[in-house]
Amino acid sequence: MPDRSAPSDSPDAPSNSQASQKSQTSETRSGQGVTTQQSGIRPTGDFATPILPAAAPARDIRDTSDAGDISGSTGKPRSLFTDALYDLRRKPLFIIPLAVILFLAIVAIFPSLFTSVDPRFCQLSDAAKGPIKGHIFGFDRQGCDTFSRTVHGTRASLEVGLLVTVGAVLLGAAVGALAGFYGGLVDSVLSRVTDVFFALPLLLGAIVFLSNFQKRTVFVVAFALIVLGWTQIARIMRGSVIGVKDADYVLAARALGAKDSRLLFRHVLPNAIAPVIVVATISLGIFIVAEATLSYLGIGLPPTTVSWGGDINNATAALRTTPRILLIPAGALSITVLSFILLGEAVREALDPRLR
Amino acid sequence: MGRYVARRLLQMIPVFIGSTLLIFLLVNLTPGDPLLNLAGPRALDPNVRAQLTEQFHLDRNVFIQYLYFMKGVVTLDFGTTFSGRPVIDIMKAAFPITIRLAFLALAFEMLIGLPAGLIAGLRRGKLFDSTSLFASLIVIAIPVFVLGFVVQLFLAIKLGFGSPTVGVTTPWKDLVLPAVVLGSLSVAYILRLTRTSVAENARSDYVRTATAKGLGRGRVVTVHLLRNSLIPVVTFLGADLGALMGGAIVTEGIFNIKGVGGTLFLSITRGETATVVSIVTVLVLVFLIANLLVDLLYAVLDPRIRYA
Repeated sequence: MPDRSAPSDSPDAPSNSQASQKSQTSETRSGQGVTTQQSGIRPTGDFATPILPAAAPARDIRDTSDAGDISGSTGKPRSLFTDALYDLRRKPLFIIPLAVILFLAIVAIFPSLFTSVDPRFCQLSDAAKGPIKGHIFGFDRQGCDTFSRTVHGTRASLEVGLLVTVGAVLLGAAVGALAGFYGGLVDSVLSRVTDVFFALPLLLGAIVFLSNFQKRTVFVVAFALIVLGWTQIARIMRGSVIGVKDADYVLAARALGAKDSRLLFRHVLPNAIAPVIVVATISLGIFIVAEATLSYLGIGLPPTTVSWGGDINNATAALRTTPRILLIPAGALSITVLSFILLGEAVREALDPRLR
Repeated sequence: MGRYVARRLLQMIPVFIGSTLLIFLLVNLTPGDPLLNLAGPRALDPNVRAQLTEQFHLDRNVFIQYLYFMKGVVTLDFGTTFSGRPVIDIMKAAFPITIRLAFLALAFEMLIGLPAGLIAGLRRGKLFDSTSLFASLIVIAIPVFVLGFVVQLFLAIKLGFGSPTVGVTTPWKDLVLPAVVLGSLSVAYILRLTRTSVAENARSDYVRTATAKGLGRGRVVTVHLLRNSLIPVVTFLGADLGALMGGAIVTEGIFNIKGVGGTLFLSITRGETATVVSIVTVLVLVFLIANLLVDLLYAVLDPRIRYA
């Protein structure tokens, strides 16, 4: 039976979750359950959080459906993820953002399905002209079609966001899992390394890093954001691994002679990954903002790449006369980011057993 | 308490050295000649070049340069830019403006975020709660440069509410709108953190005890509930202070504020190594000290926490 406790980043979490596991009551089932404190945006303190000497109020984390699973009436026990998926399928706050994201993915992969106008075909005679037939959002300051550029700009944003999130999760989860699992000296060293990168603001570090490059492709921008953006995932992974590594089933597997690698990959990681998934989803939105900000500052993607950030930068000079040129890519950017954040929030609620 | 602070200060040293070395390496990542464009289109006089190379130790490797730099920092000598202006002068001009901006932004964050979060947390699931939660997500989703321009356009230019750009003397009243833009993201986070924390603690034993003792609801909520719920918020504020100081690059650019962010961005694009590294060093120090203060505040806020 997998441990269903939400891994908390406070050091007293293991004893706390084990204590509450023993009690079989389930008064928090009603949906009024205790809200998690770990909202993914807590930026600091995981390494420095002082231990609360008094136990926090006991939290009940058991789901009533467990009882049915234990008695064997439903056959195969449902995993946390199956449960979550079951919950999510009926939530509009999950379905709508997911639909928007799928739509955006299609736009990014096949932009020509939505517009036949070349985003790089620009005539200065059209500069800042209003909407006409065939060009529903008019033209920008260079006389390029605003709608076409917004459609084609989707790809750059999603590419960078996805690349950075995958990279940051791989790097951050590896560092965090090793630090949490082995503890001791490994933990001290890795935690200090994380602190070093954490002390540098993401945007600032990325600007400095990218100023070294003349040719800034999607991969270079993504690399810069990965190098500076993995720390939060590492911190959350570490706390989460510490929360489950002393669980009974891990000790049992160890007693049976399982090697460290098996313990880590088969027993600890699957039970500790949930908070990371939540933060990764929300981070995807944050990284898209970071890329757009860099491109807006002129130090991200080059002007030859069609991107929302670059187009917004271009539109700022005409803000007072034709704000439309700025508001359209900005709206697309905000809707994209909002979708990822909403999706992350919905997944968080579904994956956090304390909310059940 | 004293021992705890001492241990924390010792732990800061490797992080401080690591972060400053990291930024130093990032600035000097590609081997380029920082003196190449110093004299504009003409070639730099060989004697001047030799003197500058000697002065900035440009013929030594990056790590030696870093040691020279740190030697200066320890004695509060941040060196000069390549054109000879002392970096400390640049910082003296930029930091007061940014500190004012950050102060206003923090005040705005707490004045709006804390009460709204408290009300939302006390009335979970009600209209105010769900509206403010959704509104906070929208604020988080709008990038600060979009928000900045929208506020500038609609509030300042169209409605004449505040000044669209900040004057040369940076009066306080001109900084209000930029501070609102700068603090808006954090307001959303503070609201969510306060709400979660208050909702969690509202059902705790000590709140029930306080109510059972016969204390008025106002006192229970403010003294017992809110105070204990502030820990995650204070944690966030500690990290936020560093972000406000350095992360104002975009906001300062939009509203034409000559603060740390703008100075930093110009220095990065011009390859002014000394200025970039010095400012970042100060920012890292601010960040580390703010985090230490936050950890000490935990004990003030929650009487269960004691530092040995």
